[in-house]
Amino acid sequence: MSDAPLRGVIVSHAAVAEALVAAVRAITGVDDALVAVSNEGCDQQALRERLERATDSQPALLFVDLPGGSCLTSSLRYARGNAQLAVVTGVNLAMLLDFVFHRDASPAEAAKRATEAGGKAIKVGVV
Amino acid sequence: MSIGLYRLDDRLIHGQVVVGWGQPLSCRFIVLVDDEVRASDWEQDLYRMGVPESVEVLFASVDEAAAQLPAWESDARVGIVLVGDIDTASRLASQSALRNLNIGGVHHRPGRIERLRYVYLSPDEAAKLRALAASGVQVSAQDVPTARPVPLTEFT
Repeated sequence: MSDAPLRGVIVSHAAVAEALVAAVRAITGVDDALVAVSNEGCDQQALRERLERATDSQPALLFVDLPGGSCLTSSLRYARGNAQLAVVTGVNLAMLLDFVFHRDASPAEAAKRATEAGGKAIKVGVV
Repeated sequence: MSIGLYRLDDRLIHGQVVVGWGQPLSCRFIVLVDDEVRASDWEQDLYRMGVPESVEVLFASVDEAAAQLPAWESDARVGIVLVGDIDTASRLASQSALRNLNIGGVHHRPGRIERLRYVYLSPDEAAKLRALAASGVQVSAQDVPTARPVPLTEFT
């Protein structure tokens, strides 16, 4: 495995991924950890090509917006059989904020951590 | 009720289908007609992900779909039948009594020309859709239910 820190690739419908990258940058100042990929205008092959460009043969964790649909099916197909890649679904800002400061991990370890960090952020607000 | 939507969409099962159409139609089963997906358990598991448990997902080859269409048409539940490309739609139509086809998404590839924001067709593909219409299938484009259905003659 490469020693380079993990890259995060956010895969979403419309401009969700781009907005999340901007939010992480605004909060943390980190601007080299995340790449946005939208499925806008893509069939499955075109989305795969966007994923190839975004990961650039580097170890990466793919953060997908929904637990089904074209973003997920393309991401899983792309990551299948490649230990340099892992996939999590239900991306949220909390898991991304945690990720950008914990990138020295394997994709599988980072995926597990992301689901924990993202899950902890989902709460009923006490009013 | 029967088949609420016959759809051609190169993303196959995705958000617009499951949520955009599935919710207002109260869809309870989705049939994915694709010879390659029918032959792969892994691909089938992939497409089942994200579909609510209340919606049954069926996989069929074109031949199987042509044979089963009458049964799906008479099912008490509302269903959606999906194909991913024009050739599959044409083969299904030639073997069954397909009466209408919604073009929901055919995206850009080299050789294709933009016809609508979500429909790109090569001249050959446009001709195949016109042939489908000439054979008696009502063809229109509409990505989501709230959009205007666009007749084939407006984009080919």
